[in-house]
Amino acid sequence: MNAPSIETRNLTIRFGGHVAVNGVSCAFHPGELTVIVGPNGAGKTTYFSLMSGQLTPSEGTILKGGTEITRLSPSARAKTGIGRAFQLTNLFPKLSVLENVRLAVQARHGIGPRLFRPASAFTEIADKAYEHLKATRLDDVAHLPAAALPHGDQRKLEVALLLAMEPDVFMFDEPTAGMSVDEAPVILELIDEIRKDASKTVLLVEHKMDVVRALANRIIVLHNGELVADGPPDEVIAMPIVREIYLGIPADEGAAA
Amino acid sequence: MTDTALASAPSADPARKGRMIVYVVALLIGLALAFAPFLFQDVRSNQVAARICVFIVLAASYDLLIGYTGIVSFAHTMFFGLGAYGAAIALKSMGPGWDAVLAGGVAGVVLAAILAVLIGVLSLRVKAIFFAMVTLAAASVMMVLASQFSDFTGGEDGIVYSAPALFKPAMKLMTDDAGKVVKLFGVSMNGKIAAYYFVFLTCLVLFLALMRIVRSPLGTVLEAIRENEMRAEAIGYRVVAYRTSVFVIAAVIAALAGTVWAVWLKYTGPDTTFSFAIMIDILLMVVIGGMGTMVGAVIGVVLMSLAQFYLKDLMEAAAQATANIPLLPDLLDPDRWLLWLGLLFILLVYFFPAGIAGTLMKKGGH
Repeated sequence: MNAPSIETRNLTIRFGGHVAVNGVSCAFHPGELTVIVGPNGAGKTTYFSLMSGQLTPSEGTILKGGTEITRLSPSARAKTGIGRAFQLTNLFPKLSVLENVRLAVQARHGIGPRLFRPASAFTEIADKAYEHLKATRLDDVAHLPAAALPHGDQRKLEVALLLAMEPDVFMFDEPTAGMSVDEAPVILELIDEIRKDASKTVLLVEHKMDVVRALANRIIVLHNGELVADGPPDEVIAMPIVREIYLGIPADEGAAA
Repeated sequence: MTDTALASAPSADPARKGRMIVYVVALLIGLALAFAPFLFQDVRSNQVAARICVFIVLAASYDLLIGYTGIVSFAHTMFFGLGAYGAAIALKSMGPGWDAVLAGGVAGVVLAAILAVLIGVLSLRVKAIFFAMVTLAAASVMMVLASQFSDFTGGEDGIVYSAPALFKPAMKLMTDDAGKVVKLFGVSMNGKIAAYYFVFLTCLVLFLALMRIVRSPLGTVLEAIRENEMRAEAIGYRVVAYRTSVFVIAAVIAALAGTVWAVWLKYTGPDTTFSFAIMIDILLMVVIGGMGTMVGAVIGVVLMSLAQFYLKDLMEAAAQATANIPLLPDLLDPDRWLLWLGLLFILLVYFFPAGIAGTLMKKGGH
């Protein structure tokens, strides 16, 4: 298999006496979509935060393309190509939808030495931002403040920001949570498209089993901060330990979710 | 959608109308200031006009911090004072010349920039409240230093000095055949005019520079940091670096405004520069005008300055007019002007919760 794009080695974080992520060693590869499952409080979001830099591990290392990034700031990690969409919508509420995305495009491409030109003069950046808005079907509301959007659209904007970062490691934290049945497919199709790109690595936290089955190349299971299962979807879903953890969500009833 | 459609953002109509009103008012204020020496031909009005110019820059640069980036600093008058004292000390020791203004101004600005970098790097990482406390401490220390090093700074009395020859009232900018100073529209073309336009033009350039910054992509990044610091960092912006830079930019502009102020006043003391009363004034000006709007600073400064300078006169007149009515003249006594000023603030904050410009432009405070 090709070299991992992002890898954690013995990754551990403690909050006081509580160990939220406990010795997780796992490598993720380009062209692979890994779904991370586990009950609430299993450490999935914490694991993401450790990789994207919002949290610093107590122990262990994180490598991106073979280079250690354990102590890098979130912005420095973003520059290395790690992008994350957040579980709880995490936008710039008073800025317009377009400005939200433009900021991410601008961070990725830079604005060069023309720093003090009016922002509206950077048409290439606005055009790029607009592409991402079209992809997420937000182009009609481009000029509304982000806070004025309905929940589903805010979730889409969250994803548009991630697309605009043009990362090579995509982290989606329950991207379709709270979305209506009409809205979710837009996002899932986008994720499916990214998955088909052999140079991209996708990490996805998701509960809905139909989504997991449709998209995953691999599933890892976190339980109480520990990695308890890792493998192809069918195998993992069939594991007794997974059925036990997921007692409330029987695998064969996934389509109902 | 095309680029042109993107550029002209279709926004809600009341907001557009409000924006029109705000910009027209700001433009009128700008015009009034541009022709102030001709429109208001007395010494006091001139003084008020010059103070308004300088304070617009001071308040606007503070808005860059508090309104755009969400940095709460109480050290803004400290930077203002450094620029003023730099020019004042140089003008006193080197004599009234442009070399002194330049040397003193540059020294003040550089010192302000260095201090801003130090404060920024050391403490912009911490929580906003701690940062505010650090700036408060720094400003207090600077005030103590200014009053203790009296050989250097004149202590509490401050420093009196002369401005460059160009700005002296005896200076004749234009003379007629008889060698007398020319009058244009009844205004003598002397050094006073030169001094006013020095203040006006420098402040105009500084204000336009600030406008340029907030309209640029950098301005949007600053707003993003204010709105959601964590996400700004997550999409790749080095928040601490941006904050420190903007703190330095604001400090440098405040120091430049201080230098201009010192040249205009020909006096620099703690009460005209470092005092916390001025710091509170600036804060109120920005809040009343509208945080995060830039033009709000213009409106806030004008409103506050007019109230501070002319409310007493107005009340004096009102008290005399109502002399025969019981109680009213007592209430309208000029000595109670602060009461009315306070009332005015409460009403303004009530009807314009996001400041005047902020509410009209629907930008919303925070």
